[in-house]
Amino acid sequence: MSPYRSGRRDSAWKPPGVDAVERSWRSPLRGPWLTAVYGSVLLIALPLVIITGLLDYAAYGPRFDQAFPTHVGWLRLPTFDWPTRPSWLFRVTQGLHVTLGIVLIPVVLGKLWSVIPKLFAWPPARSPAQVLERLTLLLLVGGILFQIATGVLNIQYAYLFGFDFYTAHFFGAWVFTGAFVAHVIIKFPRLVTALRSRPLSAELRTPPAATRPEPPDPDGLVAADPGPATLSRRGAVGLVGGGALLLGALTIGQSLDGPLRHTALLLPRGRQPGPGPNGFPVNRTVAAAGVRPEQTGAGWRLTLHGGGRTVTLDRPGLLAMAQHTAALPIACVEGWSTRQTWTGVRLRDLAALAGVADPASARVSSLEQAGLFRTAVLASNQVLDPDSLLALRVNGVDLSPDHGYPARVIVPALPGVHCTKWVAEIDFQERTDG
Amino acid sequence: MAERLHARYGAAPWHLVVVTAAIVLAGWVALRLADEATFGRMLLWFVGAAIAHDLVLFPVYASTDRVLRALVRGRVTLLNHLRFPALGTALLFVVYSPGILRLGETTHEAATGQDQRPYLPRWLLLSATLFLLSGVTYLLRRRRQVSAQRSDSA
Repeated sequence: MSPYRSGRRDSAWKPPGVDAVERSWRSPLRGPWLTAVYGSVLLIALPLVIITGLLDYAAYGPRFDQAFPTHVGWLRLPTFDWPTRPSWLFRVTQGLHVTLGIVLIPVVLGKLWSVIPKLFAWPPARSPAQVLERLTLLLLVGGILFQIATGVLNIQYAYLFGFDFYTAHFFGAWVFTGAFVAHVIIKFPRLVTALRSRPLSAELRTPPAATRPEPPDPDGLVAADPGPATLSRRGAVGLVGGGALLLGALTIGQSLDGPLRHTALLLPRGRQPGPGPNGFPVNRTVAAAGVRPEQTGAGWRLTLHGGGRTVTLDRPGLLAMAQHTAALPIACVEGWSTRQTWTGVRLRDLAALAGVADPASARVSSLEQAGLFRTAVLASNQVLDPDSLLALRVNGVDLSPDHGYPARVIVPALPGVHCTKWVAEIDFQERTDG
Repeated sequence: MAERLHARYGAAPWHLVVVTAAIVLAGWVALRLADEATFGRMLLWFVGAAIAHDLVLFPVYASTDRVLRALVRGRVTLLNHLRFPALGTALLFVVYSPGILRLGETTHEAATGQDQRPYLPRWLLLSATLFLLSGVTYLLRRRRQVSAQRSDSA
């Protein structure tokens, strides 16, 4: 008789090695309480990451088909005009999304450590319910690790995965969110019971020598044959919390200005690209954009379209117009941001000059020939904000080539990639609704 | 009816609704992406991420810990003063490896105008600092322990 057949008849049959694996889980710390502590941190923080992620998608302007991926079917959320106030809005949503996402990595790893014996539990499933639930767990674990991996690689510009980041990170987020919601609904009662089983304050005062395993639990998280504790639960929580603090301390700098920026020691945006007023990060160099010096020299012209009219301006002409100065952050989807003082012509003045004082939208095009962001559409509120500029200068000097000389867009709370550099044309659209 | 479902399925009907919803959503996403030329890679990375964690990363750090435990032979304080900086070093490597290993040098340079050279020495320096801090606190704790024992025996 084959072991397989005897296994079907006799539920006590196990493949060789199962008992050895079960005995090899020695940590006395594993148990519902510790899992619930890590779980409750994720339960509170992950929704923030999910919501800020969706907000960042909204900030890209899905209404103008410029949020990627563009075709999302039923996952299309109600569109709204991304506000220009407060001007630090995108800086905060995107900074929170990236920083919190990174800070949670040790918590995710700790949570996975606490439940990993269940992956090897025998039998793999006792009922159809368990089969389906384990499938959602693959979506949950694969989902969170996929989101972490793609996100972490994206902010470091290492596109090892060879697929489109936006598509993968957007749809990956939905797969994860679905599994996350299901997991929370199913496990929430367990989480509450587990947290109540041991008071946090008492647990945080227990030293390793007094640390005992939790009583056996229905989920089988507690080791069958636990060894002596080498770490208290306080230590385990502290270890994960310390890891989170370490990552936070090395990441938050990319959202800060001043000397604290350098604390992002291992990230591209902790570094100051050169000295002087133009010494702040760029997202695309002039060389990478393929914009040649002869295009931006004295022969450069800005072309405005609107209402059948075309206006052409050179740089001295723009400098002769009313200049406005605003201190505005520029924030990128990679989570970094910086506040600088920009000077230039108000976009609404240019709209009026083009004969469309109250435009429905404006399409800004760059001298760049290729690239996903060579054009960007600004909504009406983004054109009309008094701080929305076609900037010619920054921090009191001309823009550097990398920052978009001769002219670039800067709009409050607009994602950095839509603050088009090396602007060649602005096409103001009239309202059609009268 | 509900009881029969419960007995056959192994959980309450709402459980079936919840897990089915999550699976249907994932299935719908997969169908939507199936036309993408890179769909296979996405799937590979999705499943691969779970496998890489469960069957590579976890066994590696669990067995490293086992080796460490065997080496320190019961000196729990020493064990933890090695564990903490080692995990910190590994965590920094996992999160910031693209910079440390200089992966994606060209895209990094196109985006930032800078190379990736500083990250490896910085990571080494940070890791050394973690071990140093841990080592110093370990020695201080031991000295306090030893002097406490002396005053006990005196």
